[in-house]
Amino acid sequence: MASGEYTSQEYIKHHLTNLTFGNHPEEGWTFSHGETAADTAQMTKEMGFWAINVDTMLWSVGLGLFFIWLFRKVAVSATSDVPGRLQGFIEVIIEFVDENVKSVFHHKNPVIAPLALTIFVWIFLMNLMDLVPIDWIPFIFNELGVHYMKIVPTTDVNATGGLAFSVFGLIIYYSIKMKGVGGFLAELSFQPLPKIFAPFNLFLEIVGLLAKPVSLALRLFGNMYAGEMIFILIAILPFWAQWLLSVPWAIFHILVITLQAFIFMVLTVVYLAMAHEDH
Amino acid sequence: MNINLTIIGQAIAFFFFVLFCMKYVWPPLTAALDERKKKIAEGLDAAERAERDLRLAQEKAADDMRASKEEAAAIIEQANKRANQIVEEAKGQAREEANRVKAAAEAEVEQQVNQAKEALRAQVAALAIAGAEKILEAAVDEKAHAQLVDKLAAEL
Repeated sequence: MASGEYTSQEYIKHHLTNLTFGNHPEEGWTFSHGETAADTAQMTKEMGFWAINVDTMLWSVGLGLFFIWLFRKVAVSATSDVPGRLQGFIEVIIEFVDENVKSVFHHKNPVIAPLALTIFVWIFLMNLMDLVPIDWIPFIFNELGVHYMKIVPTTDVNATGGLAFSVFGLIIYYSIKMKGVGGFLAELSFQPLPKIFAPFNLFLEIVGLLAKPVSLALRLFGNMYAGEMIFILIAILPFWAQWLLSVPWAIFHILVITLQAFIFMVLTVVYLAMAHEDH
Repeated sequence: MNINLTIIGQAIAFFFFVLFCMKYVWPPLTAALDERKKKIAEGLDAAERAERDLRLAQEKAADDMRASKEEAAAIIEQANKRANQIVEEAKGQAREEANRVKAAAEAEVEQQVNQAKEALRAQVAALAIAGAEKILEAAVDEKAHAQLVDKLAAEL
């Protein structure tokens, strides 16, 4: 940690601030900057919606490209004879995802399984960045003149929200495709209470529907944000004591990052299976 | 936690990753997995078939062996029987031959005895006549006394 330069509070804030490029009301299109992390965060806030977290995009797209590069490489040379180690490893992941999808999703849809695979591996890779010692990469970027660098995209609610609302879009799309607009509205209106209470049902069901992407996004974001926060707090400790806490927490976190990726994948498949089912 | 354009950027990136995965990653990998599954099933099938063939072949070999043994035993038995028969036949022929030779020898002996008897009888008749002539000192009509001499010779 760079405790010589920052107070603990500043250190924590600094680590929780994204590198943001956006349209500031006064300064126009620029990177958020300020004397302190708090000032930078304030500036980002003033930019409102028209800003983009460059670090989140960079790392998430980079990791996504790594995912498709790796899997494509194996897919190109995939053999039905004895597989190599890498192919075996990739096949284990594919079969794991395929089994989970098949146990939940019983309709024919070629999108679902690749979607689940992408979600699982991509989120896992993004979460995995949490295990990189938290100061290494920000330090390198700091030396290069970039002062903010959050390397775990899933600790940014925009990243998890982007995924969750894409899934939400798919839920709406498949609900309407399978049941028609009328069928979908009927499903929302005529249950759980009898038909006379249709407006009340509709309100209830829409809340339930909206809760799906919100819970997806916030569950992943919350878990990863909290995990990252603990790593930051551990990093404030004297350097000789850090490993006592960071090693057990990192080992435990291996479970958390895998589990969160898995939960996001399974819930996505479950929601889409529900969208396909006619009640 | 500000919601900003990043959320849309993420959604777009997600869309392309899923699209790529769906088109270029998932199908070849699952195809390879399915094909391997098929190959393994075929391999197991072939192994089972080969095992069954082997068992059948072994059974057939055992059957053939048993049949050959039986045949061989039958041939040996027949050969033994034939050999015995030949020996018996040979014995029979030898015995017959011996009998025949013995009979011929006996017949010849008898014939010679008869001849000897005839010769002796003739000589006895001549001797008797000569003796009688000497005794009587007189010529005896050979014809008149032939009957008598023959009778004498027959009694000898």
